[in-house]
Amino acid sequence: MSSELPLLSLVVWTPIIGGLLVLAIGSGKHVLEARVVSLLVALLTFAISIPLYVQFDPTSFQMQFVELHPWIERFNIHYHLGVDGISMPLILLTTFTTVLVVLAGWEVIQYKPAQYMAAFLIMEGLMNGVFAALDAMLFYVFWEALLIPMFVVIGIWGGPRRVYATIKFFLYTFLGSVFMLVSLIYMYFQADSFAILDFHTLKLGLTAQILIFIAFLLAFAVKVPMWPVHTWLPDAHVEAPTGGSVILAAIMLKLGAYGFLRFSLPITPDASRELDWLMIALSLIAVVYIGFVALVQKDMKKLVAYSSISHMGFVTLGFFIAFTIFENTGSWKGAAMGIEGGIVQMISHGFISGAMFLSIGVLYDRVHSREIAAYGGVTNTMPTFAAFAVLFAMANAGLPGTSGFVGEFMVILSAFKANFWFAFFAALTLIIGAAYTLWMVKRVFFGEVANDNVAKLKDINAREFIILGTLAVAVLFFGIYPAPLLDVMGVSVQHLLEHIAQSKL
Amino acid sequence: MSVALPELFVLGMACLILVIDLFLTEKTRIVTYLLAQATLIGAAIASMAHQFGAPEIAFDGNFIRDGMGDTLKVFIYLSAFVVFLYSRSYLQARNLFKGEFYVLGLFGVLGMMVMVSAQSLLTLYLGLELLSLSLYALVAMNRDSTYASEAAMKYFVLGALASGMLLYGMSMIYGVTGSLVLSEISGQVATLGADDMVLVFGLVFTIVGIAFKLGAVPFHMWVPDVYQGSPTAVTVYIGTAPKIAAFAMVMRLLVDGLEGLHPHWQGMLVILVILSLAIGNITAIAQTNIKRMLAYSTIAHVGYLLLGVLSGTEAGYASSMFYTIVYALMSLGGFGMIMLLSRAGFEADKLEDFKGLNERSPWFAFMMLILMFSMAGVPVFLGFWAKLSVLSAVVDAGLVWLAAVAVVFSIIGAFYYLRVVKLMYFDKPVDNTPIEGDIDVRVMLSANSLAILGLGLFPGGLMGLCTRAMGL
Repeated sequence: MSSELPLLSLVVWTPIIGGLLVLAIGSGKHVLEARVVSLLVALLTFAISIPLYVQFDPTSFQMQFVELHPWIERFNIHYHLGVDGISMPLILLTTFTTVLVVLAGWEVIQYKPAQYMAAFLIMEGLMNGVFAALDAMLFYVFWEALLIPMFVVIGIWGGPRRVYATIKFFLYTFLGSVFMLVSLIYMYFQADSFAILDFHTLKLGLTAQILIFIAFLLAFAVKVPMWPVHTWLPDAHVEAPTGGSVILAAIMLKLGAYGFLRFSLPITPDASRELDWLMIALSLIAVVYIGFVALVQKDMKKLVAYSSISHMGFVTLGFFIAFTIFENTGSWKGAAMGIEGGIVQMISHGFISGAMFLSIGVLYDRVHSREIAAYGGVTNTMPTFAAFAVLFAMANAGLPGTSGFVGEFMVILSAFKANFWFAFFAALTLIIGAAYTLWMVKRVFFGEVANDNVAKLKDINAREFIILGTLAVAVLFFGIYPAPLLDVMGVSVQHLLEHIAQSKL
Repeated sequence: MSVALPELFVLGMACLILVIDLFLTEKTRIVTYLLAQATLIGAAIASMAHQFGAPEIAFDGNFIRDGMGDTLKVFIYLSAFVVFLYSRSYLQARNLFKGEFYVLGLFGVLGMMVMVSAQSLLTLYLGLELLSLSLYALVAMNRDSTYASEAAMKYFVLGALASGMLLYGMSMIYGVTGSLVLSEISGQVATLGADDMVLVFGLVFTIVGIAFKLGAVPFHMWVPDVYQGSPTAVTVYIGTAPKIAAFAMVMRLLVDGLEGLHPHWQGMLVILVILSLAIGNITAIAQTNIKRMLAYSTIAHVGYLLLGVLSGTEAGYASSMFYTIVYALMSLGGFGMIMLLSRAGFEADKLEDFKGLNERSPWFAFMMLILMFSMAGVPVFLGFWAKLSVLSAVVDAGLVWLAAVAVVFSIIGAFYYLRVVKLMYFDKPVDNTPIEGDIDVRVMLSANSLAILGLGLFPGGLMGLCTRAMGL
């Protein structure tokens, strides 16, 4: 089941050490060397992460590839890593996306490229750490440390309002997570351990559970982000450089959703049951209302940012309808589909939103505008690129055959088991999503060539083709054949549901 | 006598240096500096020789040598050593490189050592005054600066007032318990009970004195003016080692002497903590002078530091000790950075002076980034573990709400630390003078910041040292 090598440690530390190396060699004129080393580090990390999938035992809900060493004895904190079927795919998504981000920043970033690449590599290691951590304090350290490179990336390489956006991003997410810290400390004194799995079995009263749930909600809802604490996201996305937007959308948003699965649901199941109406309401507001907000955007990045919030609403909806389904049907089988749908949506949104931001980046690098109105008839000058962009737009709208469809369909299907109206509102997204995405595609890509800028556009080069092509393959593959993904997570999700079925009171 | 060996050594050396300095010229003054550093190293060796042995009491119960005292003293020497190292070229550039700085500095260290080892009210007061008098003189060292004179005057007047308050409180405690020795006071408090009116009055005045020396709100008014007005070399001295000594004073008075009154002083400290966190963090946002900003940040850090003490458990005291040491290390780095950027005729004490540091020197910008994020309490730096320890102490004491209040203010605090990072990384430099600085300063400053990072990755050792020092 597991190999001799500490694979998870390698996945976490290879990019961090590689990033420091890039920082060291790239400070002078060795820009090309820095880029090449960054790419090699990213590829190496991706290669290391593949055995995680290959050697993973999908029939077991146990944590796998576990590493356990004492770290801080005073607080009984351990360096404790391990993955199950929920976190392992997310690590692969991270290592995969980072390769693309390094490629996407290849010649586009001219200002201090070594620092840029290093920041992304360090971020990759920290994100893998968040997904792999099984000790709550280790999780928290990775979770918070992640803010620093992102803060720097948006602030240095971002757009005109980057300082406002990055400080807002930092303070918002910091605000959310400090309350989580307090509740983790509280639970430490109850359980005498910071191990997440010990927290899972910890008995807690309902009041304590509700307070802890709210503290977690603040941390995770800000990260997801859920309505109404989503306002940092459009600012951060718009001002971030392309790579920053991709990492934000593809992975950072997943951290919050992952937190719900790893912390909120299993640690406070009774509070989750009590407050599931709140979560469902917030999710549906995100799906419908934010969808309408996306419709009126003039800025392409902002449009995709809002569409991300709307899509993430599906994820949280899928997680929290489990309780209602159980009450209606008395079986946890139906609930599993909602959660699995949510996870599939997380992965698929990682590909699609990453692809959307990369496509916008392709246009922005050439014209230096994100305004929809600055474009028109791009198909005429960039036919290959337009083909990719239209495919990703369709996937974003949830077209069957693309990965965007699978997750949304599973969540809507299980929402029917919970309540007709949940499903009704969730399904509205199929219309709204199609409306805002396709309308943007129409205005940007179709019609007459709008202006000289568009007339002078050159089609994508080989580097961009490789990036977009890889993502297109991923989007179509998981759209047609999602089984590899569903197989790995099935047992873990089943176990999670069995766990939350038991009251902890 | 051997109990007080480090104190006697420092006293002897300080007097010796005072005499030797008379025969030195401008060019050979470096000897004074080297002797002062050698004194600190020697004292550290003497203190470490017996560290963690059984506590020893001397001078009729007025003086104690124990694990906590020795550990704190070692960090006091370390702070003073680093301060002397950072400030040498700073002082030389400003024509302040005089023997007085080192002699007064060493007498200050001696005062702190006496405070740390005090086992009676009288010894404590003696140490405190020796420290304070040295500090008043140090602040005024730059005679031609009106700011410095104003700061010294303010510090002296308010400091004298606080000493008066403290003495008044001590006299009440003495009146009720009939003893100056802390262990005897502690026994008397236990028999008298926690609700003796005069005793509680004495406690109030004692806490006022302590709060003043620490710079806790509402007794903080001197802090910003003194930090801003003093030469940076003196500011960094005031901002580091005396905080460690003040922590020792809190421990000796409130825990060794008046632990029986814990229900009373816990409530008082809660008020001080909340006010310090609020005023310190919020006011720091409005500052444009980085020394003043760090002064308000000190006030906020004092709030966090007291969180551990007020929990009233051994683990809580250890966490406060850890916080104090960590704070001193971070503060050394922060002020050290200001001195590195400054040069003759340019103080680098405005926030704008940090603009575009990443362009001018990526390495030192990164070092400052570590310090700022550490002060803000972001993992994985050392400052986070310090916050975690004190927060866990208050949660353990059942004050979860206080922990929540503390973290809310840490978010507000994060803003002004982030602003420094913003200025360094996101803004263009205003002046492009290359960053000079002697090799020893550059190495020490890098080591200082990297220690914050390295100890952040492996905080167990320093935490363990503090718990061991508390006898856990």
